[in-house]
Amino acid sequence: MSATANPAAVEDVQPAIESRRGLLRRELLRNPQAIIGLTILGIFVLIALLSPVLLSQDPKTKVGSVFEAPSSAHVLGTDGGGADMLALLVGGAPVSLIVGFAAAAVSALIGGAVGLLSGFFGGKTDVALMRLTDYVIVIPDVPLMIVVAALFGRSLTNIILIIGAIYWTTTARLIRAQVKSVRERVYVKRARALGAGNTRLIGRHILPQVAPLLIANTVLLVAYAIFAETFITFLGLGDPSLVSWGRLIENAFTDDAILNNAWWAIVTPGLCVTIVILGCTMTGQAMEDALNPRLRVGHLSVKRFRLRPLQGRLDSE
Amino acid sequence: MTGFDYVGKRVLFAALTVFVAITLNFVLFRTLSGDALSALRCRQCTPQFKAYQRHELGLDKSKWVQYRMYLNDLAHGNLGKSLRSEQSVTTELWPSIKNTMPMVALGTFFSIVLGIIVGVITAWRRGTFVDRAGLYSGLGFYSMPPQWLGLLMVLFVAGALGLPTSGIKDPTLGILGDASTWDVLVDRLRHMVLPAMLETLGEDYVLTARAKGLSNWAIVWRHGLRNALLPIVTLVALSLGYVIAGTITIEYVFSYPGVGLAVVEAIDQRDYPILQGAFLLLTLSVIVFNLVADLLYFRLDPRVQT
Repeated sequence: MSATANPAAVEDVQPAIESRRGLLRRELLRNPQAIIGLTILGIFVLIALLSPVLLSQDPKTKVGSVFEAPSSAHVLGTDGGGADMLALLVGGAPVSLIVGFAAAAVSALIGGAVGLLSGFFGGKTDVALMRLTDYVIVIPDVPLMIVVAALFGRSLTNIILIIGAIYWTTTARLIRAQVKSVRERVYVKRARALGAGNTRLIGRHILPQVAPLLIANTVLLVAYAIFAETFITFLGLGDPSLVSWGRLIENAFTDDAILNNAWWAIVTPGLCVTIVILGCTMTGQAMEDALNPRLRVGHLSVKRFRLRPLQGRLDSE
Repeated sequence: MTGFDYVGKRVLFAALTVFVAITLNFVLFRTLSGDALSALRCRQCTPQFKAYQRHELGLDKSKWVQYRMYLNDLAHGNLGKSLRSEQSVTTELWPSIKNTMPMVALGTFFSIVLGIIVGVITAWRRGTFVDRAGLYSGLGFYSMPPQWLGLLMVLFVAGALGLPTSGIKDPTLGILGDASTWDVLVDRLRHMVLPAMLETLGEDYVLTARAKGLSNWAIVWRHGLRNALLPIVTLVALSLGYVIAGTITIEYVFSYPGVGLAVVEAIDQRDYPILQGAFLLLTLSVIVFNLVADLLYFRLDPRVQT
């Protein structure tokens, strides 16, 4: 049976491919969790993008006395260096977000590539790559990051690369599992039988199916990366010339904000980190939920008792 | 494949991982970063003294010889000497290890109990207020950097309760500090238990059990939780790395004299042998716990054969 001889068959296949992405969009717009998450991310990205416009001077400039309480002049008070907290937070946003997004992109790139190759080619490639992944998973990530950061210097690029090079393992496993199932689908086999090469199979047939999951995972990785940045910076291993939220938490600690009872210097940067991570996690989880409908049904659940959708079942297996 | 094969395979994998970790440790500290002495930044040292030290530490030999020496030293339990105190790394780290172990153990234990409870309840009450409360409070705690949560505790809780906030080996303080690292594990467990429970509760045999007239408790316990518990074993072992990470910053915040504080001080003083020793130690403990988890998993569910 050839696909071109039967136009109806082509039309059958097309919506099936589209539906996954359509489903994701539909589910996301219906899910309040996703909407809240996306709004949070949108606001913070906007602040980060506009921060050069919003700040009239270097945020570290001393504008008041040390640990000045919030007032009309300094809405969020001042830090241990007498700089305005609000300005510091706005100035720190781009750095924290760049670390988060760039490191997540590095992770997604490595993890996506490893997962794709491993799942698509199978055999020895699979064994070798998964063995590597197993080793990297077992080595505790934060101590490794600390060691690498301590040994290789404290620049922003280093921190991004370190975080990215460590957090790709879950992505690799996730993508590998997905690729393995997609590879066995009929349309992929048919495309292969029609003479499609590996590059075309991966690029045209596998990647579009896996991409939504990869994106969902990357959004979750952004949260991890921002988290990791605060960790590294807190231990004094951040880029000394840059202001980031992690650095503000560290400054509050080393400048003894606690002894001065300057809660505003401690609470605000952590709150920014928490809110952004919350936004990423909510968005990422909502996306994963939409892609894995099996998790939505429980026979004991009180309200949402309904039959498992057939489509979802096929999708998740 | 027999059970013996499985156990052998896991042990072999753990041994290989140990080897990989040791090699990584050597490569990171000895090859990629110049040598240990250039980092010491000893301004008063004469070139002769540096050469002498270099010879003492074997840094003048080829990397390959150094690697063999390193392996040989490790085999004899010799992790090198601290650059600051000239004490051996093991003597330096041992008291810290003794302080950290109860914290990690206690923290893990409480997290498991709390995580399972929250996970089961939220899975059972899926779609209700309880589920959402569990979800959002868990999500909130999960999003907070532990060092920040620790600082908040010092700021708001410790002061109010009249607790000391630093430098004391008081177990209550350890627990307080620990609480800020537990939350993450609790939520991770909830994350794990919830889908596992949901997936089992979505199985047809649960529907059958319900139709049979079993009480909800019986279903949750007999069919749900017992099946959902299996992956938890693995998760706890894998999360150990995370708990350790939290512990490092928390010990720093509370000046609790454990491995974490030792690491921070070693970074500060550029005392690389200590850092190297602590990293190896943390890695080895994670590998050992993973092995234990694998074997335990096999004991609980002999079907696994991979």
